[in-house]
Formats: sequence, structure tokens, C-alpha cells
Amino acid sequence: MRHTARNITTTVLSLATLLGALLLTPFQASAAGATAVEKGKAVAVNRKKGNCLACHAMEDGTLPGNIGPPLVAMKARYPDKAKLRAQIWDATAPNPNSIMPPFGRHRLLSEEEIDQITEYVYTL
Amino acid sequence: MKELLTATLVLGLLSVFTMPAQASPEEDLAKLRAFYKNRFPNTQFSDFKNGVYSIDADLRSQWEDIEEFPPYELNLEKGKTLFETPFANGKTYASCFPDDGIGIAQLYPFFDSNSGKVITLEAAINQCRAANSEKALKWKSGPIADLSGYMHYTSRGKTINVIIPDDPRAQKIYEQGKAIFFAKRGQMNASCADCHINYAGNKVRANLLGMAIGQTTHWPSYRSKWGGMGTLHRRYTGCNKQVRFKPYKAQGPEYTALEYFHTYISNGLEGNAPGNRM
Ligand code: HEC
Ligand code: HEC
Repeated sequence: MRHTARNITTTVLSLATLLGALLLTPFQASAAGATAVEKGKAVAVNRKKGNCLACHAMEDGTLPGNIGPPLVAMKARYPDKAKLRAQIWDATAPNPNSIMPPFGRHRLLSEEEIDQITEYVYTL
Repeated sequence: MKELLTATLVLGLLSVFTMPAQASPEEDLAKLRAFYKNRFPNTQFSDFKNGVYSIDADLRSQWEDIEEFPPYELNLEKGKTLFETPFANGKTYASCFPDDGIGIAQLYPFFDSNSGKVITLEAAINQCRAANSEKALKWKSGPIADLSGYMHYTSRGKTINVIIPDDPRAQKIYEQGKAIFFAKRGQMNASCADCHINYAGNKVRANLLGMAIGQTTHWPSYRSKWGGMGTLHRRYTGCNKQVRFKPYKAQGPEYTALEYFHTYISNGLEGNAPGNRM
């Protein structure tokens, strides 16, 4: 019994810490520069970089194209984040005829930019 | 939820349109027509000559508004004047063409069995100039686009009729053009066929992708983006650049072969050049 209570307390405490951390993130971010997610979004929507909106609808992005599927529920689609990164790095690996540019293989984006986009897309 | 998403993705993966290298031009044409008929059941075949305007009512009405006072009107006048003005030797362009160059543009590009080469209308214009000791015109815009635009205008309403004769040299050029149309290009790794066959009718950002048939009928065109007239090879240059592929030379063997294939697949449609485009 005492045991259980302590467990609950621990859980509540860690939840509080987690929430606190989540709430704090934006403030910390603006203090310490953009987060990977924010950087990833900037690279994804930049027409000269990812330009993902050319083909995919993504949250509030304006005038998206409809060549690829809307990027939603990405965590459900990609339980494994590495697979998502691989899709962005070279869409022609799973589908040789893909019209999606092989961003990593053709060096359209740097490895760091692909990491950032992956972080961002994973939040969608 | 997951099943639903998987289903969407599977639908998203299009079956890719292919034209095997062994197929004859006639077979290619039949296959393409059937493909577009199936994809755009509400568009009459004859309307494909209008490009994206044959599949989108809003774009069409904007375009029709502009056609009331066509921006290429001045270019047609300039083209006519150039066409009729004698060279230094007193001859005119009419002396170089069948039927004095009037109402013949729908036959271009054509395979010339003497040289074994395909001749585009613009190439024929510069050949005519050379034969009359005049300097060559630049290929992509300016007087050549006005002249070609005027000559095409006199062919409006005539049916495109590009012939691929039973000559291995002609077949080879056709095959080369077809291969270029289907080749993945540039850093973006996209082919003409990706955008104009597989995803025709879809949007890249706000741009609706048009069909490969009926795409050449209205060239040269006036583009507001250019603020003037340009030739088909100028348009090819733009489509190559946007996938970060270094364009071929205008009127070089590659674009000439591409135009041969690309115009052939519009056979049966009416010529309606010059066009006006965004
Ligand atoms: C020129 C079109 C185009 C561009 C640009 C493009 N994609 Fe794609 N994308 C597609 C298509 C089409 C598919 C569907 C799969 C296929 O055909 O290969 C796809 C699939 C995907 C998938 C898999 C979706 C799923 O549900 O499994 C992800 C993730 C993705 N794209 C992310 C991106 C990101 C991130 C960018 C920008 C950095 C991007 N795409 C840019 C066309 C594009
Ligand atoms: C990434 C997509 C993309 C690729 C790849 C592409 N195009 Fe285009 N093209 C467009 C868009 C968008 C337009 C403007 C809308 C339209 O008319 O289809 C266009 C327009 C054209 C036009 C003018 C059509 C008209 O009615 O005025 C021609 C001709 C053309 N493309 C030929 C080609 C050829 C040939 C290739 C390959 C060498 C090619 N395109 C590759 C996107 C593409």
C-alpha cells in the first residue's frame, strides 16, 4: 500500500516535470535559438529547400500541391522515426518511380537539414 | 486508423504509365489517348489542344477573358511584316516553303529524307535565311517567335499531322525524343512524363499540371511571365531548369527529337498557335 502510494507520487511528480519541460520548451527555445522542430519547419516550407508544400499539404501551409499524400498522423504511419528519415532521404528506394526528389541522395538538403525536417514532420 | 492511412498511401502510389521502346508510334499514340480519356472523361478529345484550360473551368474563364484582347496581337503583326518584307536579294520567306508558307505549320516538325534530319519550323526559317544570305535569328524569342507565331496562325484550325516515315533514321529520332520525355532528370529527379502524364491534373503548389497531348499545338506562345512570345524550345528550357537540369541547346538534336515525339502525339488535334499562357 505504501509502496503503491509512493509509485503514484513518483508518477505524478515525473508527469509534472514532463509537463513543465514541455511548457518551458518554447520559452527556452526563444532564448537559445530555434529548436530542431522549428528549424525543420523553416527548411520544409522554404521553396529553395524542402519545398514540401509543392506536393504535400502540411498543417497551416498555404496553397499546397496534391501530388503526394497530406503529411498527417506521421507517428502512426512511421512508428520508426528512422524510416521516416529514410523516406525523405531517398523516396526512390521504396518506389523507384517516385516523383518525390531524393533529398539526401541528390544532396538537395544537408544531413543536418534532413534531421531537422524529420523532427518537424514527426510532429505532424 | 492505421489501416485507413495505409489505404490512402496505397492509393497515393500511382501505377506509372510506360511506353515500351519497342512500341510503334501509332501504338504509343493510341495508348496515350486512351490514358487521358480515362483520366479526363469530361474533356472532349478535340479540347485537349487547350492544355490545362481543357480540364479546369476557372482557369479557362480567366484565359478566355484574356483572349478577348490577345496579348500576342502585336507579335502577329510584327511576324506578318517580317514574313512579307523582302530580303536584301529581293526574295521573301514565301520562296522557301510549300504553298508560300501559308497554312503549312501543322506539318512541322518533319523528317527530311535528304538530310536524314528532323526540321522544325524555326529551323526551316533560319535555313531560309541562310539560303538567302541573311544572318540567323536567335532561337528562343524575338523575331523568330513572331515569324513562327504568324506562320502557325495561318494554320489555325488545321489538324496537326506529323509523319514518322518508315525510315530507320526517322524512327531513331522519334525514339530519342520519347526517351528524353520519359527520362528522370536533374537534382529533382523528375521526368516530363512524371508531371505531364502520371500526375497530369494534379497540382504542384498552385500550378495545375497539363497533359502531354495538346501541349505543343499552341506554340509559340505569349507568356505573361516572359512579357512576350517564346518558342517551344524556350518552354522546354524552363521545364528542365525547374528540376535543376542543365537545359539542352535550343534547336539542338535533343530538343528537336523531343519536339518530334511531343508534336507527333498531338496528331489529330487542331493547331491553335499562338497561345497565351501565364
Ligand atoms: C515533387 C513532389 C514531392 C515533393 C517536393 C515532396 N514529396 Fe513527399 N511524396 C511525394 C509522393 C508522390 C509521395 C507518395 C509516395 C511515392 O510516390 O513515392 C510522397 C511520400 C512522402 C512520404 C510518405 C508518406 C506516407 O504516408 O508514408 C513522406 C513522409 C514525405 N513524402 C515527406 C516529404 C517531405 C518531408 C518533403 C519535403 C522535404 C517532401 N515529401 C517533398 C511527392 C513529393
Ligand atoms: C516538376 C514538374 C514538371 C516537369 C518535370 C516538367 N514540366 Fe512542363 N510544365 C510544368 C508546369 C507546372 C507547367 C505549366 C502548366 C501546364 O501547362 O502544364 C508546364 C508547362 C509545360 C509546357 C507548356 C504547356 C502549355 O500549354 O503552354 C510544355 C510544352 C511543357 N511543360 C513541356 C515539358 C517537357 C517537354 C518536360 C520535360 C523536358 C517537362 N515539361 C517537364 C511542370 C513540369
